[in-house]
Amino acid sequence: MNPEFFIPIPVLLSQLTLGLVNGAFYAMLSLGLAVIFGLLNVINFAHGALYMLGAVLAWAGMNYFGVGYWTMLLVSPLIVGIIGIIIERLLLHWIYELDHIYGLLLTLGITLVIEGIMRSAYGVSGLPYAAPSELRGATDLGFMFLPNYRAWVLVASITVCLATWFFIEKTKVGSYLRAGTENPKIVESFGVNVPVMITLTYGFGVALAAFAGVLAAPMMQVSPLMGQNLIIIIFAVVVIGGMGSIMGAIVTGLALGVLEGLTKVIYPQASSTVVFLIMAIILLVRPAGLFGRDK
Amino acid sequence: MSSNLLSVEGLTKEFNGFCAVDNVNLKVEKGSIHALIGPNGAGKSTLFNLLTKFLDPSSGKIIFNGQDITREQPSQIAKRGIIRSFQISAVFPNMTVLENVRIALQRKLGTSYHLWKSVSTLNTLNKEAMDILDSVGLAEFSDTITVNLSYGRKRALEIATTLAVNPVLMLLDEPTQGMGHEDIDRVKELIKRVSAGRTILMVEHNMSLVASLADTITVLQRGSILAEGSYSEVAKDPQVIEAYMGNAHVEVLGEH
Amino acid sequence: MSAFEKELGNSSKNISKILKSKSVSWSLVVLTSLLLAPFIGVYPVLILKILCFALFACSFNLLIGFTGLLSFGHAAFFGGAGYIFGYFMKSWGIPAEIGIILGVGFGAILGYVIGSLAIKRQGIYFAMITLALAQMVYFIFLQTPFTGGEDGLQGIPRGKLFGFIPLDSDLVTYYFVLGVVLLAFLAIVRIVNSPYGQILRAIKENEPRAVSLGYDTNRFKLIAFVTSASFSALAGSLKALVLGFATLTDVHWTMSGSVILMTLVGGLGTLTGPILGAVLIVMLENKIGEIGFFLAEVTGIQWFETLGQSVPMVTGIIFIICVLSFRQGIVGIFTRVCRPGR
Repeated sequence: MNPEFFIPIPVLLSQLTLGLVNGAFYAMLSLGLAVIFGLLNVINFAHGALYMLGAVLAWAGMNYFGVGYWTMLLVSPLIVGIIGIIIERLLLHWIYELDHIYGLLLTLGITLVIEGIMRSAYGVSGLPYAAPSELRGATDLGFMFLPNYRAWVLVASITVCLATWFFIEKTKVGSYLRAGTENPKIVESFGVNVPVMITLTYGFGVALAAFAGVLAAPMMQVSPLMGQNLIIIIFAVVVIGGMGSIMGAIVTGLALGVLEGLTKVIYPQASSTVVFLIMAIILLVRPAGLFGRDK
Repeated sequence: MSSNLLSVEGLTKEFNGFCAVDNVNLKVEKGSIHALIGPNGAGKSTLFNLLTKFLDPSSGKIIFNGQDITREQPSQIAKRGIIRSFQISAVFPNMTVLENVRIALQRKLGTSYHLWKSVSTLNTLNKEAMDILDSVGLAEFSDTITVNLSYGRKRALEIATTLAVNPVLMLLDEPTQGMGHEDIDRVKELIKRVSAGRTILMVEHNMSLVASLADTITVLQRGSILAEGSYSEVAKDPQVIEAYMGNAHVEVLGEH
Repeated sequence: MSAFEKELGNSSKNISKILKSKSVSWSLVVLTSLLLAPFIGVYPVLILKILCFALFACSFNLLIGFTGLLSFGHAAFFGGAGYIFGYFMKSWGIPAEIGIILGVGFGAILGYVIGSLAIKRQGIYFAMITLALAQMVYFIFLQTPFTGGEDGLQGIPRGKLFGFIPLDSDLVTYYFVLGVVLLAFLAIVRIVNSPYGQILRAIKENEPRAVSLGYDTNRFKLIAFVTSASFSALAGSLKALVLGFATLTDVHWTMSGSVILMTLVGGLGTLTGPILGAVLIVMLENKIGEIGFFLAEVTGIQWFETLGQSVPMVTGIIFIICVLSFRQGIVGIFTRVCRPGR
């Protein structure tokens, strides 16, 4: 065999960890999308834009107020969560009775407005944002160098994903949430204020997106358009995994990230389309999605 | 076997480990009115969805007219003459009453894929559609937009539309659900009238309707068949009485 | 039944009657002015651009308005056909009508592929799948060498019609494109009002019922999807012919968003609504800078002067307003006002 066909192991591993990190972003974002859809019946197109907003806020905090990464990791999701609550109360709130299509179109409109504002403020070129000094550099694992920041992102995002899963599947409040997706009337009879629950759920879902945005800021170009293509990949993830299961969303997200990373090594030209290709294959062999409910 | 129009063998449907329909064996005799009763969640609607292939069974067989139809598509099942109604009124709300019936008649014209023909070519069906509407007492409403009809008339239109495809087996899912007394009587008469020469399988909660119409009754509970027989047989069955205990239906059942 | 369907249905109900009465005379007025437009000093290329978008929106409406399917991937057919048309015109020097046929053929095949996959899921998933697959098409066009990457295809020759009528002059092109668009529009009107169109309506209103009456609704939906994709591809090829270039903008999902907006503003499920919507949105995009300056002058708020750079934002605001309070669109509201009580 021609040795040129061998892929250098460090390159492979590096792409795999990068893929895993991307997968963790997919997991966090599709998780939020699924939670929001479960309760609000709205496919939140604005998820990508709010992820971007999280990253831009982190940048702005640093550049205008000198607020560092660690603070912004909490403050940015908080601000975006509040913005989400305002969006829900002001806009989404009116359309729950309508066909799902209108939810998608309304959040598309919100996306265009948010991206438009950011674009007129910052243009389309990337804003540089450095990783916190504690996390610079890389660790030698013996078989590869793992950049510390990547390791941190992986740990942080998977922890957040699992915590969300635990909260929704194992706690009492979570059980209200799950019941609310089936039948809001019953939950109301337990004395739960369903409209408030819906508002908070949306706030939480988009805060999760903003958290992902802050995590992404030092790794990717912070730019007003950074969420534009991502949201469509997230849609594909959601179609592949189905929105019925939280764990399903997490696993699908991670797996697709890894597959994308592998593709970057084996056939880089296909790396931007591989997720969509997998979606097409899944639709052919298992139309309901991997974790979808029967019909 | 020849007198059975529809027979179901070992039909089972599982949802994530929960058996909604569990090993059901059912035979529907040709020309009979067969009622399915049972408490909420007994699996009646799931069974209907399985029979019309709106759901795929986990296991079991569905045999219609001696042919295995278990693997067929919903539209193929309909083409064989098994036509179902739905719990919520199955009409085309923003079409006129006449257009509703015409949609059903249109299939036999064979022009449903003709993109280039004018819709006026469907006018040849108007007379037949009017006759069917007349038979369910809706002739005078033929130009009404369906959404404006009363609930009872929507159900009547639904039966008219079903009749228009000349069904061999009609599956009626709770035909009187949510109706007042007058409407119920009207639907009862209607079912009696259209049952001539046809086979009907229906899910129904109204026991007086079941008592006066059904030749055979099958009682379902938690996905399985609890009892089967004529009304008088079923009403005496101790298991059935127990199953309905504490349920509102017990009084209705007791009336007869 | 959802309120969405109710609203769509009501507006589509009335439009046929309206068309037959007053609108015959209106159509004559519009037609005459279109025929005379180049002679009264209107720039023909702008009208043609609007006509292409109008056809695009009408094709899109065939799905959302008359079948009840929201495709979020129509840019792939519109922009993709433009590339195919441009490539063959440039490199092979074929007659214009062959180029258009190739573009439409591309749209039909791509429509078949995307449609077959998307109809496997319903409702909101349908929209997400079409969006994702169209994004894949976008990336493919971005990477394939023949599309010229970020620059797109520039300087596409108009060639000759039937091999002997040169389309160099804007005037000849104008009447050719006008004729094709009119024919395509009439074809769409006929499809909507055909026996097939009746079944599409039935599917939109109550798909399970249509299935239970023996209609293989997936097949009807797929045919509708391919038809709609083909007409969109026709619009895309014509646009490339008129403007002489094909770029990534036309394949990007924001273009799919634009066509949704045009249809929504004009009125989903109406025949004339998408045309009106296309006129408004294209004009708005062209004139928004001037409108901004005007607003700045009237209100004294400097910020309005930058409105010209904020087309997406304005589009977003219109989307929000439309969804929240204007779901029937202009034509939908017009017909309701004209025929109260329906």
